[in-house]
Amino acid sequence: MCGALTDLPTEVDAGKQAVIQGVVRRGDAPVHGYVRLLNADGEFVAEVPTSATGAFRFYAAPGTWTVRVLVPGATADREVQADLGVVTNVEVELPA
Amino acid sequence: MSRQQVLVDADWVEAHLNDPNVVVVEVDEDTSAYDKGHIRNAVKLDWKKDLQDPVRRDFVDKAAFERLMSERGISNDHTVVLYGGNNNWFAAYAYWYFKLYGHRDVKLLDGGRKKWELESRELTQEVPVRPRTTYVAKDPDTSIRAFRDEVVNAIGKLNIIDVRSPDEFSGKLLAPAHLPQESAQRPGHVPTAKNVPWSKAANDDGTFKSDEELRKLYAEAGVDFSKDTIAYCRIGERSAHTWFVLHELLDQPNVKNYDGSWTEYGSLVGVPIELGSGS
Repeated sequence: MCGALTDLPTEVDAGKQAVIQGVVRRGDAPVHGYVRLLNADGEFVAEVPTSATGAFRFYAAPGTWTVRVLVPGATADREVQADLGVVTNVEVELPA
Repeated sequence: MSRQQVLVDADWVEAHLNDPNVVVVEVDEDTSAYDKGHIRNAVKLDWKKDLQDPVRRDFVDKAAFERLMSERGISNDHTVVLYGGNNNWFAAYAYWYFKLYGHRDVKLLDGGRKKWELESRELTQEVPVRPRTTYVAKDPDTSIRAFRDEVVNAIGKLNIIDVRSPDEFSGKLLAPAHLPQESAQRPGHVPTAKNVPWSKAANDDGTFKSDEELRKLYAEAGVDFSKDTIAYCRIGERSAHTWFVLHELLDQPNVKNYDGSWTEYGSLVGVPIELGSGS
């Protein structure tokens, strides 16, 4: 269903999915905010809030994606390549 | 309806936190969001537990809606301001639902919970106690709700707007990309539907785009404003967002939300389905 992911299981089996996941931090501290997934054309595909540990996860499709982080006072973009059956990790470190 | 009648901003909500005529309502599927912190004096509605029949796939009936409103301390005369996560998907769904049962004055907080949080506005865990009311709902207004046969009959005749992401529309994905892929029996879209993702109607912070931008968006997608319109998505919450845009912001007279949406249509036996990016 369409509920927000608030606490992520530590292990994920990518199986037949292309998983993009990561953590948003400022210094050592997790940041509460939102992460948007944009496709190769820059179009919005999905959005999740970060969990209590700053984590996020998307079940995407193989290809090139942009992960856009929105937090109070800052935004950051990261380009990501997702592959089938692979969990791709993205670390987003925001300036203090 | 004009934008001023159906949308309020965060400053307005802050100025009315203690207004006895206003009830702020957070609507999420994930009620833990409310429990961790919500706008002061806001009550919560659970999209699923409160607004869906526990057995059949349908709304709660009129009597159950009346009980729900009365328990939450919402009266027929209250101005109800809805907000929630997911860029107000479920708040827009609840808005449409309140209208279905004839609530007179409903508004959405533009930008919803996300914009409120990104602006670092106050959230509290204090749960308000509201006196019980005696709410009287109207019979469901089916002029704003589409059922499956209407969708099949609308193919090639009315505007059908599929508001899911392009990959869901084309059949590449069965559900939004932040969710495990489980959904209807078949991927694809209703033939002749135009794909105008709900997200194109919203800014990054979750606020709605301007009326001018919105008109241009649908016109460029080939939506004929002289025709009636049916909007759908996967389970009817994103299409309630688009229903709000077309019916409430742009004043289109005959717009229906098909809440059965793709989880119903994509599992029906014998109906036509189109794959690919559309015509």
